[in-house]
Amino acid sequence: MATLQAHNPAPDALRQRDAASGNADPAADDGWSTPHSGRGFFWRSLRRYALLALLAVFFAFPLLFMVIGAFKPDDRVLADGASWKAFVPFGASLDNFADAFSRAEFGRLFLNSVLITTCIVLGGLVVNSLAGYALARMRFRGRKFLLGMVVTLAIIPFQAIAIPLLFMMARIEWLDTYRVQIIPFLANPFFIYLFYSFFLGIPRELEEAARVDGAGPVTIFTRVIVPIARPVYATVAILSFLFSWGELLWPVLVTRGSTVRPLSQGIAVFQTQPPIQWGDIMAFATMTTLPILILFLVFQRAFVQGVSRTGLKG
Amino acid sequence: MPTDALLARPRPNARDGPTRWFGYRRRHTYQPAERTVGWLFSGPAVVLLTLFIVVPFLLALGLSFTNQRLISPLPVRLVGMENYRRIFADPVFQRSLVNNAVFTVVVVPVQTAFALFLAVLVNQKIRFISFFRTAYFAPVVMIMAVAATIWKLLYDPDIGIIDGVLRAVSGGQLSPGWLRSSALALSAVIFMSIWQGAGFQMVVLLAGLQDIDQELYEAAEIDGASRWQKFRYITVPGLRNQLVFVATVTTILSFRLFDQVYVMTRGGPLDATQTMMTRLVDVGFNQQAIARGSAIAVVFFLIVCLVTLVQRLLLREREAD
Repeated sequence: MATLQAHNPAPDALRQRDAASGNADPAADDGWSTPHSGRGFFWRSLRRYALLALLAVFFAFPLLFMVIGAFKPDDRVLADGASWKAFVPFGASLDNFADAFSRAEFGRLFLNSVLITTCIVLGGLVVNSLAGYALARMRFRGRKFLLGMVVTLAIIPFQAIAIPLLFMMARIEWLDTYRVQIIPFLANPFFIYLFYSFFLGIPRELEEAARVDGAGPVTIFTRVIVPIARPVYATVAILSFLFSWGELLWPVLVTRGSTVRPLSQGIAVFQTQPPIQWGDIMAFATMTTLPILILFLVFQRAFVQGVSRTGLKG
Repeated sequence: MPTDALLARPRPNARDGPTRWFGYRRRHTYQPAERTVGWLFSGPAVVLLTLFIVVPFLLALGLSFTNQRLISPLPVRLVGMENYRRIFADPVFQRSLVNNAVFTVVVVPVQTAFALFLAVLVNQKIRFISFFRTAYFAPVVMIMAVAATIWKLLYDPDIGIIDGVLRAVSGGQLSPGWLRSSALALSAVIFMSIWQGAGFQMVVLLAGLQDIDQELYEAAEIDGASRWQKFRYITVPGLRNQLVFVATVTTILSFRLFDQVYVMTRGGPLDATQTMMTRLVDVGFNQQAIARGSAIAVVFFLIVCLVTLVQRLLLREREAD
């Protein structure tokens, strides 16, 4: 019995079952294939965690470097950069953070970013999910064409249309505003497609039942579909947050000064005139990254579940 | 005919084709025609997509056949294929095409395989696993501009940790200087991009792994399947949808490669990291040759369309087997 369970993918459940039936037999432990005890288990766990930790170092060391650098004076960042000292906060102070606020107007840029991103995420969820639902469920003239259009438009990168779009925005005098950074990004073909493929997977019976009860399309959408579709909303919300929080090119083109500029532009301030203030850059970068990291930690479960149930298809 | 009887009868097309709204009225509540609702629902998205993607793209298409510049003494006129001829004759653009191709051919398979490895690794039910998941995902939540700035410093030959460690290990012999070396800069960009993107793919694949029926593994167990066999014949086919999704999206994003290059190298040294998008921004904005920049946008679109189409066909063929 023990050997059969050896590589079982759900050892916890089995162990509980064995414990409950008094079936756990230490004598059957061959020290290698039984996952939860013995010397083999120890070495295997050690190997496993060593691998996991090595990879964690690979992924996290630039972040660690950034956070520690944020507390160091500029000259120390440079002096310590090439050795282990880069990861020890020598001469720690909060000066860089103060600089980020005073010189790069971190507060202002942060609020701008929050405002722009919130509008894009919330507005985008409404616009894109409605379109995805119509494409998945309703029969109307031009549906096939729209679907084809959505898939094709998903290919076009923003840089490719930035020039004519900039002209258009200048023509209607939208430059240096919040709306020029929000409205063009609300509808997103990729997100429409994600919603579309999720809605395709919802059983029709639920809507039929609601319809028999006399519900109209709007009621059915808001009362029946949206609650089921929470995972895909979570996924799209996070993706669209990441995309708009990091937008780099467009704000350079359409904004002057810090009044309506988002965070991604702030770092440039410290790089314009030499010497480059690496400490300040690190502080700014840290304050830009940590809020998202915390947000992700909080919503991690929803995100993984969301991706799992979005039914991502090729 | 009584309404109730009509409703009680199972509708013949209840399961196939999109839901029909039309014709089902109950107690005189008004139900708008399905086609109207369809357009109302998709209307906002259609208007926005048209205004902010379709129209600018068509403008780019139109501009690409003219000699439009931002500021120019010459009157705007049609020049036919002149811009296309010029960009294909431009050695920097040729270089960018090669770079984009290399980047895609390396990043798509390597990053996908790496992410699959990570996903299998973090799919274990052991202590602290959520810590590791978060650590591997952390680069994804960094703004690319920020991540690229940090890596620029890490890659620096004088003050960067990477060359610092290499020097320490090799006794001062080895200091490749990554982003400043025209031979290695593209590899450095590729490495950094995989570091940044693998975590996202990992989450998608992890979600897929958790959906695979565990009984399949148990059955294979009983049949005496090896770990490799289980991976090859259960895990990989079970993840097919996710793998296809991840590979397709990564391919499109690879062609769009811009942010990290723009921040780390601006396409240098000696155009070693030029991509179609950095070239577009360079020509279109910095040199203000709007028409030629637009031509690059059109060529880019056609190339990616072609690649996506070929990918689709290949995958469909596989499916048919």
